[in-house]
Amino acid sequence: MTSVTDHETVRPKKILFYRHSFAVRLTHWLNVLCLSFLLMSGLQIFNAHPELYWGQYGADADHSFISIGAFQDGDTIKGVTRIGSISIPTTGVLGASTVDGELTPRAFPSWITIPSFQDLATGRRWHFFFAWFFVINGFVYLLYGLIAGHFRRDLVPSKDQLTPQHLAHEIGEHARLRFPKGEEARRYNSLQKLSYMAVIFILLPLMVLTGLTMSPGFDSIVPWLVDVFGGRQSARTIHFITASLLVAFVVVHLVMVLVSGVWNNLRSMITGYYGLSVDTDKETAK
Amino acid sequence: MKFEVTRRRFLVGSSVAATGLLTGCDALVTNTSVNDILQKAEALTMGSQRLLQAHEPLAREFTEADLSPTFKANGTQMPDSEDYARLMEGNFADWRLVVNGMVRTPLSLSLADLKALPSRTQITRHDCVEGWSAIGKWTGVPLGLVLQKAGIAPGARYAVFYCADEYEKTLDGSGQYYESIDLVDAFHPQTILSYSMNGKDLEVAHGAPLRLRVERQLGYKHAKYVMRIELVDSFKGVWGGKGGFWEDRGYEWYAGI
Repeated sequence: MTSVTDHETVRPKKILFYRHSFAVRLTHWLNVLCLSFLLMSGLQIFNAHPELYWGQYGADADHSFISIGAFQDGDTIKGVTRIGSISIPTTGVLGASTVDGELTPRAFPSWITIPSFQDLATGRRWHFFFAWFFVINGFVYLLYGLIAGHFRRDLVPSKDQLTPQHLAHEIGEHARLRFPKGEEARRYNSLQKLSYMAVIFILLPLMVLTGLTMSPGFDSIVPWLVDVFGGRQSARTIHFITASLLVAFVVVHLVMVLVSGVWNNLRSMITGYYGLSVDTDKETAK
Repeated sequence: MKFEVTRRRFLVGSSVAATGLLTGCDALVTNTSVNDILQKAEALTMGSQRLLQAHEPLAREFTEADLSPTFKANGTQMPDSEDYARLMEGNFADWRLVVNGMVRTPLSLSLADLKALPSRTQITRHDCVEGWSAIGKWTGVPLGLVLQKAGIAPGARYAVFYCADEYEKTLDGSGQYYESIDLVDAFHPQTILSYSMNGKDLEVAHGAPLRLRVERQLGYKHAKYVMRIELVDSFKGVWGGKGGFWEDRGYEWYAGI
């Protein structure tokens, strides 16, 4: 609205345009459901052996480079998270947290695992169910994205969006929490496109592939996949790191949704319609 | 009226919300019809893996250089029974592997009998359901050979392995360890009854005198302290009826993932 200072007569007009197709909206929300349950059941599974290794094998006697554990300290226990040789006290959240009012050794706290109590068998049942759900949903989305031109049209950055000047400008704008308005808001900005593509084409497939590599049955079918990740224990570690990156993405994604017009964003992902202000003068001049 | 979100109110509010969410999740977890739906994924996993394993691929075999320096012993590490103690004292000379159930000729084999049969040695990765892995070298007699010797009666579908250890002390003996596999896995070339690990006699902590190796499935399927193999057409009537100690406690019968 401030951009039209030189035309006194021109008034910006609010319009709604159809931004998200039904397929995108549906698969998006199903994905939210799947990833939430996958994360919580995944942390339950992790709690059964809260250490990460690199290579083909790894168990208690072997060197782990990340561990979340507890140790006795007088008549209380302390939680400690170790990354390499750095140990961080994490009592209350990681390593030791409250279960029924009592500090208990537990890698991830009960409020983020499913079920809340220690139960590996149930954690696995939920994890594999939602893993299948996630994979099927993902295939539907990929197929739609290719056939309907969603990737080409909405996700692949155009040439002008990839120039160093433009990218530098976008980074600066994001840092100031300023987002494109008007006609420019019709398309995703370049950082948005690049991060969505990284999640869709790198992180999520990596989750599935490293997950499958942990399966001894699947390893006999596609043995080379184990080598791609440098061993089953490396695959487990990459699975964990990639999940952490996805959590980081979701945090940033949610912050961006909040600061760039939360109701408009939510409406567009529910009804499909995104509101933006257009220059009425330009509209009629066309 | 002004509604002020104080720090206290926020904390109380969010902990109530979190507790509500948690009880909600745990209510779903304990709901049997939810569980029935979730369990359908197991059939999907087994079906697709079996489809892709139609060419009977082998599990990866490693070299001596890849062996774990320490192979973690898990589960029972010393069966707590007088019978087992007696067998161990006699260096398992009196131990016999019984093969019965739906077979043409029930067998009773000594360790020497088993060692006299053709053997297979394989260096494989052992994957525990908890998440850790260890690489070990196993020598034993292919299960398929033993089953052929006994002759499988028509209608038999599973081999059930009864073990000497009671993992969970129970009054009714339902804590007795047992496992089962179907005939596809039973006749897989890498499925062996192993009496030797890393070039030495199998140690007690690892299941002496005989443990099952069913590569391509998780560690809990690899029954230790095997005393008897029974061929059956169903698990009905065998302890909890789910085909294994851990299966009776909620774990998947098909442990390929």
